[in-house]
Amino acid sequence: MSASHTSPTANPQSPTYTGYLTGYVLAAVLSVIPFGAVMLGGLSTHAVMVIIGLTALIQAAVQLKYFLHIDFKHSPKENLFALAFAVVLVVLMIGGSLWIVSDLNARMMPAMGANMEMPQEL
Amino acid sequence: MGRLNWDALPFYSWVAFTGALVTVGGGLLVVALILYKGWTRKLWTDWLTTVDHKKIGIMYIVLAMVMLLRGFIDALMMRAQQAIAMGNEGYLPPEHFDQIFSSHGTIMIFFMAMPFLTGLINYVMPLQIGARDVAFPFLNAVSFFMTAAGAVLMLLSLVIGVFSTAGWTGYPPYSGAQYSPGVGVDYWIWSVMISGIGTTLSGVNFVTTIMTQRAPGMRLMQMPMFVWTALCSSILMVFAFPALTVVTMMLALDRTFGFHFFTNAAGGNQMQYANLFWMWGHPEVYILILPAFGVFSEVVSVFSSKRLFGYVSMVWATMAIAVLSFTVWLHHFFTMGSSANVNAAFGIATMIIAIPTGVKVFDWLFTMYRGRIRITSPMLWTMGFMVTFGIGGMTGVLLAIPAADYVMHNTTFLVAHFHNMLVPGALFGFFAGYMYWFPKAFGFQLSEVWGKRAFWFWFTGFYCAFMPLYALGFMGMSRRMEHYDVATWQPYLIFACFGAVLVLLGIICLGIQLWVSVRDRVALADTTGDPWDGRTLEWATSSPPPEYNFAHIPDVSDLDAFYEMKQTARTAPAPYEDIHLPASSVYAPLMGVAAAIFGFAVIWWIWWLAALSLAALVALTIARNVTGEPHVTIHAAEVAKIEGART
Repeated sequence: MSASHTSPTANPQSPTYTGYLTGYVLAAVLSVIPFGAVMLGGLSTHAVMVIIGLTALIQAAVQLKYFLHIDFKHSPKENLFALAFAVVLVVLMIGGSLWIVSDLNARMMPAMGANMEMPQEL
Repeated sequence: MGRLNWDALPFYSWVAFTGALVTVGGGLLVVALILYKGWTRKLWTDWLTTVDHKKIGIMYIVLAMVMLLRGFIDALMMRAQQAIAMGNEGYLPPEHFDQIFSSHGTIMIFFMAMPFLTGLINYVMPLQIGARDVAFPFLNAVSFFMTAAGAVLMLLSLVIGVFSTAGWTGYPPYSGAQYSPGVGVDYWIWSVMISGIGTTLSGVNFVTTIMTQRAPGMRLMQMPMFVWTALCSSILMVFAFPALTVVTMMLALDRTFGFHFFTNAAGGNQMQYANLFWMWGHPEVYILILPAFGVFSEVVSVFSSKRLFGYVSMVWATMAIAVLSFTVWLHHFFTMGSSANVNAAFGIATMIIAIPTGVKVFDWLFTMYRGRIRITSPMLWTMGFMVTFGIGGMTGVLLAIPAADYVMHNTTFLVAHFHNMLVPGALFGFFAGYMYWFPKAFGFQLSEVWGKRAFWFWFTGFYCAFMPLYALGFMGMSRRMEHYDVATWQPYLIFACFGAVLVLLGIICLGIQLWVSVRDRVALADTTGDPWDGRTLEWATSSPPPEYNFAHIPDVSDLDAFYEMKQTARTAPAPYEDIHLPASSVYAPLMGVAAAIFGFAVIWWIWWLAALSLAALVALTIARNVTGEPHVTIHAAEVAKIEGART
């Protein structure tokens, strides 16, 4: 990684309107799907959560490609490195939160739904 | 207007009323001074509308100093209350005492430490990498005015309405609308959120600057240590602050619009608040401490007249701390009830983070070893830090053991521990940086005598104020007690109050130091640009540096770039060229004003004003973006004249 005075986001292919439009349409579709899954109902809670999670992941990829113009061929090493770091942190934060909160949930709310009182003894 | 009426004025206690009078009086005094001296135009054109990283840096530090004073008065009031309130009510009503500890924490973290470090990075980092400005100069000004808008809301809560009583962490359910119905928590939310957005933007700006604006030849592993710590701290800002923005936004939705993110009754989960808050909160500790580590590294190397020992290990330790800081957040809520496995994992991660920190301490010690040490005031702060921080670190490793944490959590032991980390680990570093880089910024040195006096009062005051709190924690005293009835605690608390008075003397010395140095500025003038025999690029230019920093962008081939330049005589410089700089802009201060009004309107539910100020904010952003990037040009002849005047 050497110092350079060119912008790190400068890509060989310049972004085009078609690119942005494709990204916009894809992002809109990927937002409407989970929204519809929640609003229309009919699916199990578990299925809805899977749909929301998956469409969110795909949308993140869409935004990276069409709006931030990051791909594995042309992007400078710094950008990919930053992206890898972001992935590590997202895994830490989301994975850690899921672990912590589900653990707390299992311990603190044994009768979820029936009785919302927390157990008094610890 | 919304829920704002005449009852919002602070007539509920004479102490609060005095506080409001001092705030308003101080503000009026400053305005009167500016009008009397006829500084209005100069203030507007030279300072408020500037996009020069150096001036923005100075404004950040002025803001930090003002807020330090406010936050310290809070601290002194708390210590006085606890020294008195044995078996009686003391002089502060509980409602007011709770506001004071909440505002003390909020101010010291968000409006003292953050602006101080952002100011230092702003001033020094572009100079150290041989750049003419940060990557996005206008964005830099916006960041500053967002921080200032938050600080204005914070000060306004003294005069109009009340501040939060929920502590600086604002945990629900207490901070929810049901238990805290007033405006207090809303003041906390919006001042923190608006300034937090500014910090996120600063982080983006600094990372981009360091990655793209370095002088030709400066490889990453040739960056001065302060730049490395600024880089890691900025990366933490970028990744951690969104968590704070999100969590305060969720709390705002809960409180203002009846959402239930954190209210258990309607399927929310208050524990998720603690989880998200500390996901920001722990990296924040390192955002505060890392730049101070950078200052210590610069200072210890210059005043030991040696190259920094173990530069490579220092860089890796900094990066390790930056990554590990995201793996320990649960240790702030060990006692919330996680299972042993979860607590153990985060406890071990917490202990691991002490290792890279220990590496750094030894690197500083070995830099001093066999060095030609000059005991100047920046060096005193550094050595005071090393001793004190070591003690704080050990109590931290103790608290990292979940079983021990169950005993100590929420006691004054914890209060002593984190002050023991942040006072030396952040504040001493900022003072060292302030005294070290002051001659660079203003062209004259600060009085060494008063600087040393300030240090000794702060240093001894710190020990007197916080060592008793460690003992009190073991004796079972909870934090944040408005009064108590255990007679054995009182002597310790009186002694702690004495410590706070010593710190007050330290702050007075800092004030006198500034006064005396400005008075004697001719005698203390730095004509060389290099008063300390420095080693990094910021000392290569004049003091204060010209608007464009460097007439020629330096060519770097060594870690201590300026030291190397001084050793090898350089050939005559090439002829000067025209220099293009970004022009100052009125948009940033206007955006700050709009943001402050927006925050105020939302806090008081004045919805028409909120809509109006938000529209103004959007309009200003769009207007600024369509005007492009205006530039000014400094012609070669003028550069030659400025540079000629230097020698």
